[in-house]
Amino acid sequence: MEKVMGLASENGLVIFSKSSCCMCYAVNMLFQGIGVKPVMYDIDQDPEGREMEKALMKLGGAAAAGPVPAVFIGGKFMGSTNEIMSAHLSGQLVQMLKPFHHSMS
Amino acid sequence: MNSSSTQFVTSGGMGMYDHMHQLSMWGESFKSNGSPHPLSSMLLPNTSPSLIITADMKLDNQSEDTSGTPGPLNKYDQEVTKSSEKIQRRLAQNREAARKSRLRKKGLYVASGVEASHVGFNGAVNSGIATFEAEYGHWLEEQQKHVSDLRAAVTSNISDGEMRVLVEASLNHYYELFRMKGAAAKADVFYVMSGLWKSSAERFFLWIGGFRPSELIKILRPKIEPLAEPQLQGICNLGQLCQQAEDALSQGMDRLQQTLAQSVADGQLGEASYSPQIDTAMEKLDGVVRFVRQADHLRKAALVQVSQILTPRQAARGLLVLGEYFERLRALSQVWATNTREPE
Repeated sequence: MEKVMGLASENGLVIFSKSSCCMCYAVNMLFQGIGVKPVMYDIDQDPEGREMEKALMKLGGAAAAGPVPAVFIGGKFMGSTNEIMSAHLSGQLVQMLKPFHHSMS
Repeated sequence: MNSSSTQFVTSGGMGMYDHMHQLSMWGESFKSNGSPHPLSSMLLPNTSPSLIITADMKLDNQSEDTSGTPGPLNKYDQEVTKSSEKIQRRLAQNREAARKSRLRKKGLYVASGVEASHVGFNGAVNSGIATFEAEYGHWLEEQQKHVSDLRAAVTSNISDGEMRVLVEASLNHYYELFRMKGAAAKADVFYVMSGLWKSSAERFFLWIGGFRPSELIKILRPKIEPLAEPQLQGICNLGQLCQQAEDALSQGMDRLQQTLAQSVADGQLGEASYSPQIDTAMEKLDGVVRFVRQADHLRKAALVQVSQILTPRQAARGLLVLGEYFERLRALSQVWATNTREPE
């Protein structure tokens, strides 16, 4: 859990993912379509991946479809695809991402 | 005469192993069927090959027990068995084609009883899909009632409170469909992705197993005007947001398709050997289920937003428009089906 929260606080926009996860790719595409570039952290490429996955599952709760994608904005856990999609349609996501707009290289 | 009774195998879904095995066995008839969807192809008789052999041996028993040479006799029996199986398959195909033709005339590919699109190669029934199709029939009937209620309400003087109740009821009815689809996707994700329960015109507009939220908003907006400025802004904005979400999911889906194709193609191709990558491919199919559910979640979220942006009366009008739009698509399918049955 510390590694997850550590990475989340180090980077303004982090999406924990797996290299094979196409839903993670979709959420990444959504963010890029809005004009921001999140850090995609593949937990399956990390030696501590298993522990990270457990931590993310705890955060996501029983309703989540999987541990990834797990989206953190400003160090705070925002949820998985469901939460992100709902937040996007309500207009909230764009608002939350405004501070990160000019962090693209 | 072979009856159309089928083996009822309750299974969560046809295993890919079953499909591929059947494919190699019934290769010829699968080709001639013409249907791209394995579950909507012919209904096969219940009898196993060994039973067919027995029946045919009895019919042609003149030389059966007199000859002392089993060699040529076995070969003859094999031929008889094969042609009998072929005949059975052809008969089944004819029955299925006739049934489909009758259903198409109704404009809906709604199956009933055992001869349904959820019947697999060997007659096994996918109970999850059978359940869905039965429930969908009821859903359509209920939907008609909701649309009638909305139609009566928008021309009446009922209060906003009462209007809201009707709006909620209609919305919940859509949410119920998404729940049904979620369960069906677990039973057979290809069925849901192909929109097999829908009429042909509805299927034309298919996006990840259902309607495209941005398209609905485009249809909806001009029909519920005039709107106050914040609401007009809200609806237009929602349309854009839906488009962005759809694009993202489409890109994810494209990537998933590519990786699935890769999994299926992995290993030796062209040497008639089983792919050892079936497990990987099966995992990818779980991914497809996830996308279908995510698309339905997006549809629900869009409907929720529409109901929050609009007044109850406007929302009622909007839902009426949507309901009638889908009714028109189904009617179009029906008209098209009856008009295109003429021979060239």
